[in-house]
Amino acid sequence: MDQTISFFSGFTIKDVWFLGEAALRTLWTSVLSISIGTALGVIFGWLLHEGRILAALTLAPVLDIFRSVPLIIQLVLFYNFAPIVGLNLDPFWSGVVILTIYTAALVANVARGGIEAVGRPMRRAARSLGMSYWQDMRHVVLPIGGRAVFPAWVGVALGVMKDSALVSVLGYVELLKASQILITRTQEPFLILSLAGAFYFALSFPISRYAAKLEKRWAQ
Amino acid sequence: MFDYNFHWRPVMKNLPDLLEAGLLTLQVAVLSMVIGIGIGLCLALIRMNRNGVLYWLATAWVELARNTPALFQLFFFGFGIGAFGVHLTPFAIVLAALSFNCAGYLAENFRGGFQAVPETQMRAARSLGMTQWQTYTRIIIPQVFRIVYHPITNQMVWAVLMSSLGMLVGFRELSGETQFFASRTFRIFEYFAVTAVIYYVIVKCILAASRLLAMRLFRY
Amino acid sequence: MIEIRGLEKYFGALQVLKGIDLDVRKGEVLSVIGASGSGKSTLLYCINGLEPIQKGSVFVDGTDVHAKGTDINKLRQKLGMVFQQWNSFPHMTALENVALAPRIVRGKSSGEAREIAVRQLKHVGLEDKLNVYPSALSGGQQQRLAIARALAMEPAYMLFDEATSALDPELVGEVLDTMRLLADEGMTMICVTHEMGFARDVSDRVAYFHRGVMEEIGPPSQIFCDPQSEHTRKFLANVR
Repeated sequence: MDQTISFFSGFTIKDVWFLGEAALRTLWTSVLSISIGTALGVIFGWLLHEGRILAALTLAPVLDIFRSVPLIIQLVLFYNFAPIVGLNLDPFWSGVVILTIYTAALVANVARGGIEAVGRPMRRAARSLGMSYWQDMRHVVLPIGGRAVFPAWVGVALGVMKDSALVSVLGYVELLKASQILITRTQEPFLILSLAGAFYFALSFPISRYAAKLEKRWAQ
Repeated sequence: MFDYNFHWRPVMKNLPDLLEAGLLTLQVAVLSMVIGIGIGLCLALIRMNRNGVLYWLATAWVELARNTPALFQLFFFGFGIGAFGVHLTPFAIVLAALSFNCAGYLAENFRGGFQAVPETQMRAARSLGMTQWQTYTRIIIPQVFRIVYHPITNQMVWAVLMSSLGMLVGFRELSGETQFFASRTFRIFEYFAVTAVIYYVIVKCILAASRLLAMRLFRY
Repeated sequence: MIEIRGLEKYFGALQVLKGIDLDVRKGEVLSVIGASGSGKSTLLYCINGLEPIQKGSVFVDGTDVHAKGTDINKLRQKLGMVFQQWNSFPHMTALENVALAPRIVRGKSSGEAREIAVRQLKHVGLEDKLNVYPSALSGGQQQRLAIARALAMEPAYMLFDEATSALDPELVGEVLDTMRLLADEGMTMICVTHEMGFARDVSDRVAYFHRGVMEEIGPPSQIFCDPQSEHTRKFLANVR
């Protein structure tokens, strides 16, 4: 009874819950892809830096593809390619795999930039003090280069969080897909879209502001 | 493992249609960039003057464009404003969403560009008797343009990639056209693979053209 | 003739010029010396209206610089200015740098503007750098380019704001030589400078500024050999 009434009277508390759950799915997809993707991306970035010509000929063009083809196309392609090679992935995992690789491709460039931001003289100085290669990496390159590209990394992470909305094309009900479903049912497009937009904004705006502030402070 | 038979023939038959749709993609991307550059420049100038209602409107535009998903922006122009009785054609939806997004991102690039031109340039030009308008159009903006040239190129690539979202609002640009054919033939993977290649080629062409143009434009 | 009467200038609450009275005659070379922060550069900015003033007046050939109805852009054509930072326009060749203002401010045809530019670049000894971009010029060459750019407006007065302060020591000479050349040609000049040798040898009069006040003004022989003010004496003892 209650169900039918809410169905015809537009937007209800239950729908807020529906949206909330979808928002959590958006968050979960993003966190998973960003963390694994960042780890992979840092390794790729290091390979690009150290691998020189070999990496420039092999890894770089592959990563470049993921930056030159629309994410939505990548998602559809992978989702339809997986069964061909015998993988049966649901929309969620297909989305996470592609978002992870996409993140890694973007982070690789950021990470390489970070390593290169630490000047040669400084690294030579570190080595001349008797630090090993890994000590130099851990105590000199990571803190200095990391700082230099942290704002850029935040930009990538927030970008992936926003782009995670595209997993909806595979039928995964994340926040924007949930909004679309609700809009069809309740015919309240403005209200529901505003709620969804507010969620993204509330997440992205403070973080990007904070990163900008850190950048300014570190620049001094 | 491979009990899937690839069928490329139907795709090849539709290749001319896909390429034509690629032109439409390029068209909408270029158009949204032209609009985005114009509006973005205005937003940056308004935000630098820091006065009144206009400042807040411009800031809201920039922050909304940067802190919500492009897909959200597309939905907003697609059916969000339907709440106010405004219904756009698919082409207009994509163009509006892309222009909104590009203007927001470019505004920040322009602002950075203006800040990067030394204040002394303004003084030097004014001391020669140039008016404020002459100083902006002849001295400041050409230098800003050089600074933001690379970001504008990147944004152009983004515009092409983002225009693929058009398929979600029934716009038959490259992705929409691909989906149309794919769903008729069920050769989803083949169609989208070819489309991925077309996007890749478009992006590479833009980057190459931008580099060539830069060599002609910037001799200093 | 430049006439300054009771000029007062504030930056917020800070008073940087405390009632300056000064006349500069046609053909005169005036050097302005003093510690940084003494208001000497601000004086130049007030003369060509780049900074608004709070009290007093500045007349250039009888025109009140800070009056409401004054066409400041027109007036500035009379007042060439060279800054401490060699701010040549980086997106234009040396020739374009110099030819731009004659073309768009004075309305010369591009042919005429080009002729003027070539003449002035020759004047400052940059005739072999016509089509070079500023990034390929040394600081001294860029500063001479800035002088040529100002001269192309055929100004009646030249204002130099520490034109050599930002230069490497070995590049100072070529710029001072150019300024000396202008002085010899009879150009009216106000030079804010830290180059005491230039002030002594080239100027007709030297003014010493101290904390927004013109402490002393007179011929170089007086300022450098027989300063009347205690502050002037101290300052000169320190710079020597």
